[in-house]
Amino acid sequence: METSTAHCPLKAKDYKSDQEVKWCPGCGDYAVLNAVQKTLADLEIPKEKATFISGIGCSSRFPYYMGSYGFHTIHGRAAGIATGTKIANPDLSVWMISGDGDSLAIGGNHFIHAIRRNINFNLLLFNNQIYGLTKGQYSPTSELGKVTKSSPHGTVEEPFSPGELALGARSNFFARVPDSDVKMMVQVFKDAERHRGCSLVEILQNCVIFNDKTHTLLTDKETKADNQLFLEHGKPMLFGKERNKGLRLNGLALEVVTIGENGITEADILVHNAETENSVLHSMLVQLSLPEFPVALGVIRNVKATTYDEALHNQRASEKENSKFKTLDDLFLSGNTFEVK
Amino acid sequence: MKTELESVVIKFAGDSGDGMQLAGSLFTSASANKGNEIATFPDYPSEIRAPQGTVAGVSGFQIHFGKSGVYSPGDAPDVLVAMNPAALKANLTNLKPACSIIIDSDTFTKKAIEKAGYEGNPLEDDTLSEYKIIEAPITSLTKSSIADLGLDNKSMVRCKNMFALGMVFWLFNEPLDETIEFFNDKFAKKPVIAKANITVLKTGHNFAETVEALTSTFFVPAAKKLPGTYRNITGNEATAWGLLAAGKKANRDLFLGTYPITPATDILHELTKHKWSGVKIFQAEDEIAGICSAIGASFAGDLAVTTTSGPGMALKTEAIGLAIMTELPLVIVNVQRGGPSTGLPTKTEQSDLAQALYGRNGDSPLVVISASTPATCFDWAFEACRIAVEHMTPVILLTESYIANGSEPMRIKSMDELKEIIPNTTDSTEDWAPYKRDAETLARKWVAPGDKGFEHRIGGLEKQDITGDVSYMPLNHEIMIQLRDEKVARVTNDIPQQRVKGKDTDDLLVIGWGGQFGILFGAVSELQTEGKNIAYTHFNYINPLPSNTADIFSKYKKIVVCELNNGQFADYLQAKFPDFRFERYNKMQGLPFKIKELKEKFNEILED
Repeated sequence: METSTAHCPLKAKDYKSDQEVKWCPGCGDYAVLNAVQKTLADLEIPKEKATFISGIGCSSRFPYYMGSYGFHTIHGRAAGIATGTKIANPDLSVWMISGDGDSLAIGGNHFIHAIRRNINFNLLLFNNQIYGLTKGQYSPTSELGKVTKSSPHGTVEEPFSPGELALGARSNFFARVPDSDVKMMVQVFKDAERHRGCSLVEILQNCVIFNDKTHTLLTDKETKADNQLFLEHGKPMLFGKERNKGLRLNGLALEVVTIGENGITEADILVHNAETENSVLHSMLVQLSLPEFPVALGVIRNVKATTYDEALHNQRASEKENSKFKTLDDLFLSGNTFEVK
Repeated sequence: MKTELESVVIKFAGDSGDGMQLAGSLFTSASANKGNEIATFPDYPSEIRAPQGTVAGVSGFQIHFGKSGVYSPGDAPDVLVAMNPAALKANLTNLKPACSIIIDSDTFTKKAIEKAGYEGNPLEDDTLSEYKIIEAPITSLTKSSIADLGLDNKSMVRCKNMFALGMVFWLFNEPLDETIEFFNDKFAKKPVIAKANITVLKTGHNFAETVEALTSTFFVPAAKKLPGTYRNITGNEATAWGLLAAGKKANRDLFLGTYPITPATDILHELTKHKWSGVKIFQAEDEIAGICSAIGASFAGDLAVTTTSGPGMALKTEAIGLAIMTELPLVIVNVQRGGPSTGLPTKTEQSDLAQALYGRNGDSPLVVISASTPATCFDWAFEACRIAVEHMTPVILLTESYIANGSEPMRIKSMDELKEIIPNTTDSTEDWAPYKRDAETLARKWVAPGDKGFEHRIGGLEKQDITGDVSYMPLNHEIMIQLRDEKVARVTNDIPQQRVKGKDTDDLLVIGWGGQFGILFGAVSELQTEGKNIAYTHFNYINPLPSNTADIFSKYKKIVVCELNNGQFADYLQAKFPDFRFERYNKMQGLPFKIKELKEKFNEILED
């Protein structure tokens, strides 16, 4: 009997593994897991091609819960491993799963270099501004003065802004999403997967145990409309319950204006251009913070560029084409050899 | 007069910018192509341009070439080329009696003599009375011979290494053709530079012929070797080629993830030339990313390799543990240098053995093998890959600066001659599980992302036996530790028996390992010829050891372990075989053994 080759797309649940999910009840990671599974199903990525590579931390358990290929590696080094995997097999859809400790502290070096090289994988950065797995120490994204188990008197160090760090490392794709909005996550993850190169998505994730409600102003039903600026390429930067607030440039700074006040019309509002190479405005957008400004979400930067893996494989192909050697025997017998009879 | 010699040791020495490595390499190439046995040893400071004219800045290249008996680059030179007072001073403590010294007399100025640390001019006092001195105004003759080419002073002076080389070629009746061809080739786009070098080479050659100080020349006849095609090769090049060959024989793409470090970087330099062959090269941001990328590539099905030296090994240890836990094939090449810490970056040592065996958290066994000589680095790199892929384990290959930078003729093997490497893989999902093992080797199957139906997760957390799921169960952990250990131990069934040079039973058994093979073999051979009751066994397989190891040890009255460290292999053997007593001969000077010192030590033990 012939096997049926009829198109039979997988559903989100088909990407689940047989393992019991062991995150804390109420953890933001559950929503991310669902959003990723839905993304893979929507994009019809074959299960065997999806490869999830993580470091160490709560979020790094992610690969165990996916029914695809997965590699739970060592602290901070997932970027290195994902790089090798992608170079070895560029056909794979590679997803790196990491947290603010994993990627911005112990793995900071690999993080910036993966971005700089533009390795073609998706990097989901779960940023909860705390160390969860080691039970509540401050992280490189914890705000100055944060009181934690390892900083009972408040921290004395400034945090990283992942977006600024990424743009400093010449990121071509940077997006930000809250873990509370599955619809937005799916939309952004799809853009990340479609973008060729290192697609970095900062997920504002809530650690229900050690840093609960840290993103609450941004995610609460009451406040989110006024505090979220969801950016879409080619659309005006509008926000607010009435969608009457927007951003415009005033000199070298952004300012919040209200349509209908002081003669402001929609024509005064900046239109988002995620695809421009010029990163000045992208940099301003990633830095926007409450309470003066809304927080920029969605795909902030999405620029076409050659990927490392593509360039590497092109170079191999052209070397193969042009080399005077065709086989290793040719190489071994080249140059200065001599015969002994 | 033309005297025939069995073998000769020449050393070129000068400032690190004087081109001594090039002069040495060109002589080596000419001599190898004539069919001599050769062994070379470059010896240079770690600073790229160390202070000019100082003893610390002296760069040397030693070549031993001959008809037979060339087991090592030689204890001490018969001919020294000293391009300045510092080069003379640096080498004066290690010359054969009646050594000939070619000296650039132009460089013996008052200032240079003082800078080298001499109080008076060594050419004028009796410092050199026991040697045969050949003074030549090398710098000035170099300049005057090419004065009409329109080069600036610096470019002219840069050619003086070729004057010295020309003199040495004449002294040993070696042909110039190949060197001339080299320059014409290399500077095809800068013919004036080619012409300058060739002119100076010939001028040095003619000078040697004319000057009365050199009344006799020598001739070193070609060696008797196995028939075949040969080429001169360094250990690092041979390592790179062995890896390339293994990739083809395993039918997998070769992946190198690495970070530059002395003295291992030449493996990267060599492999990156051969992207045409399909090798994927990733120069990482650090040592850790180097090995991690290799682990990622191995996960995805490539034959993955990382190359490094001691300090880099230290950084890679956590990742090596991951490769052990996930039971992925991985080759880690450590070209050893002097340690601890930054240590002696350009000097040789065998002191990373304990690190290779034990340097990880947890019970974390892996396979450790070592290479013997520059040319055999090819075979040992190939063997490291074979074991890794067929037994699903990381393998550490230890080479060392001495053989990595040293060179010798290698008989070229054709790809057909090499055995196939069979990856331990499967096409059938039936009866497959991520940690299900081969009954004989205990290797799990190598399946990679992209293979449909095999989707699974691995990681650094302890695995449930067979399923590979995360498991914290007490007994399972113990079983898994034992399985990982047993898997590595069973490699012993897949390696040859240990062999001995000499009688099966005797007074003294000398043990060596790694890159000191040539010198140890040479020293024991000479003593055997002298009728001494001595035998030699050389270990390339360190973990696991060949199965007949204890058997061999039991046949000798005394055993001495010789190594360039403070007794690491001896400690290892003592722990494994407590019934035997292992004497130790250790050297920790950043230098290889010398045949002379070994023979003295062995005679001492034999007479005890």
